[in-house]
Amino acid sequence: MTLNQYLRRAWPLYVMIVPGIIFVLLFRYYPMYGVVIAFQDFSPAKGFANSPWIGWENFEFLFSLPEFSRILTNTVLIAVAKIVADQIGAIILALLLNEARKLLFRRTIQTLVYLPHFLSWIVLGGILLDILAPHGILNQAIGNFGIDKQLFLGSNSWFRGTVIISGFWKNVGFSTIVYLAALTAINPVLHEAAAIDGAGRFRRIWHITLPGIRPTIVLLAALSLGDVLQAGFEQILTLYSPAVYRTGDIIDTYVYRVGLVSAQYSLAGAVGLFKSFIGFFLIVLSYWLADRYAGYRIF
Amino acid sequence: MIREQKLSSRLFDGFNYIFLTAFAILCLAPMVHIFAVSLSGRAPATAGFVSFFPLDFTIENYQEVMGSRTFLRSFMISVARVLTGTSLNMALVILTAYPLSKTPRVFKGRNLFMWFFVFAMLFDGGLIPSFLVVRSLGLLNTLGSLILPNAVPIFSVILMMNFFRDVPKELEESALIDGASHWKVLWFIYIPLSLPAIATLTLFAAVNHWNAWFDGLIFMTDNANYPMQTFLRTVVVELDLTNVGIDPRDLQRLSDRAIRGAQIIVATVPILVVYPFLQRYFISGIKLGAIKE
Repeated sequence: MTLNQYLRRAWPLYVMIVPGIIFVLLFRYYPMYGVVIAFQDFSPAKGFANSPWIGWENFEFLFSLPEFSRILTNTVLIAVAKIVADQIGAIILALLLNEARKLLFRRTIQTLVYLPHFLSWIVLGGILLDILAPHGILNQAIGNFGIDKQLFLGSNSWFRGTVIISGFWKNVGFSTIVYLAALTAINPVLHEAAAIDGAGRFRRIWHITLPGIRPTIVLLAALSLGDVLQAGFEQILTLYSPAVYRTGDIIDTYVYRVGLVSAQYSLAGAVGLFKSFIGFFLIVLSYWLADRYAGYRIF
Repeated sequence: MIREQKLSSRLFDGFNYIFLTAFAILCLAPMVHIFAVSLSGRAPATAGFVSFFPLDFTIENYQEVMGSRTFLRSFMISVARVLTGTSLNMALVILTAYPLSKTPRVFKGRNLFMWFFVFAMLFDGGLIPSFLVVRSLGLLNTLGSLILPNAVPIFSVILMMNFFRDVPKELEESALIDGASHWKVLWFIYIPLSLPAIATLTLFAAVNHWNAWFDGLIFMTDNANYPMQTFLRTVVVELDLTNVGIDPRDLQRLSDRAIRGAQIIVATVPILVVYPFLQRYFISGIKLGAIKE
């Protein structure tokens, strides 16, 4: 087949892919080039190409800031706690839903617990700010038991817990879907055979159901490695306040404040690049592990 | 089917039904509370007397919200964004996924293009450079800043591509032998056969556009251009009315507790409307990509 013959048939494929390439070049690759601001004393008037280079100065300054270890610790602590809570919660919830035999009941519960996943953090944050306020319904409720008012969003002893629990609220239902799909793939004959052999309910859950979803558990554990720097930017930006920066300020919120509120582009760019760089290796590692141990490929 | 006879097993069932019911109620309770607040009179709402049923039932709060020009303007911006943004997303997802679903023999350079997109998904330039690019393109305060930067949702492209690959090759081959172009093959074979996947991805794109607010916050320097979720942030979350340069009296009214509740519910209703469809499709939607072997 000559090139001419090939192109006569294939040219529309190239035309089709061009718009996507232009958008990705402009809005994904051009910003990647823009990470050079981390090594510059960037000024918007001069742009990426003409701002003066200053080497590693921004990073040296960044690593000397007391905030740096704080935002890194907060990010990893919150993200890991969320992953663990979410996955364990999802496994337990999926197992319990799987044991509930009445289909209509199951569907109803699923419908209700998936819902928060589809609402924005502004809507959920608005709800949380209302119910967790000092005079909100939760403080009224615990007040009935003689417990003092708690600042769920405004105190450093509560903030991380509030973030983890409200993240759980939004995501745990949706996370069960993958496990439920894996559970339906378990052959019911295994359960019947075990029951005939005298295995009770709990033994069957332990020896048949759980091993049946083990590949899925391994897969999601591997994939979640890519998220250990994702503590939940939109959630924390919605819920936090200066009073809880000590326990709640994360890399993303810091980049936003320093870069876009205070316009220190180069410093914020350095923090952002630090995160992008580590995040990239985490994601690649997680995909590699998922492929190696669970045979998973996205394409 | 196994019939459970033992007492411990039946106890477990009872506990299980109670636990799941309680958990679902707990997930829903905060929303029910806000819904009750939004339907209550302003005095009992502000005083904190409302729990899960409205007091001094009224729809006045909703009338107040829908009568506010500031709120309605942001609502219309969001509607415009969902319509244009979703259409653009889906056009690009389909156009990009189709060539990528071909083998490198049919579409030379396919693997190179694939890596071009995958790398763009894995490595992120970060917030600041992305913001500076949008600004340098002169997109601040335009609808374009909300729909163009994420015009190509790469993960959706991969899902669509995986779905296209499962379309039987014989249909395409016979059409190509009969002289049809790839345009016709895409339009008359692939799209009609992929409608469930397209519906799923369309719904997800629409929900994402409706829920997005951070881009509005950074790209709209004039608050009058805020889409609804961003506007809601200034009223419901930030509770800081001084930095909003639009009709302060209107904002004062909208920040009343019961009216805040009404705005939260108004922002939720479109999601509830599409939710049954979302639920029907998203399980198959997830299957078509994420757990594909």
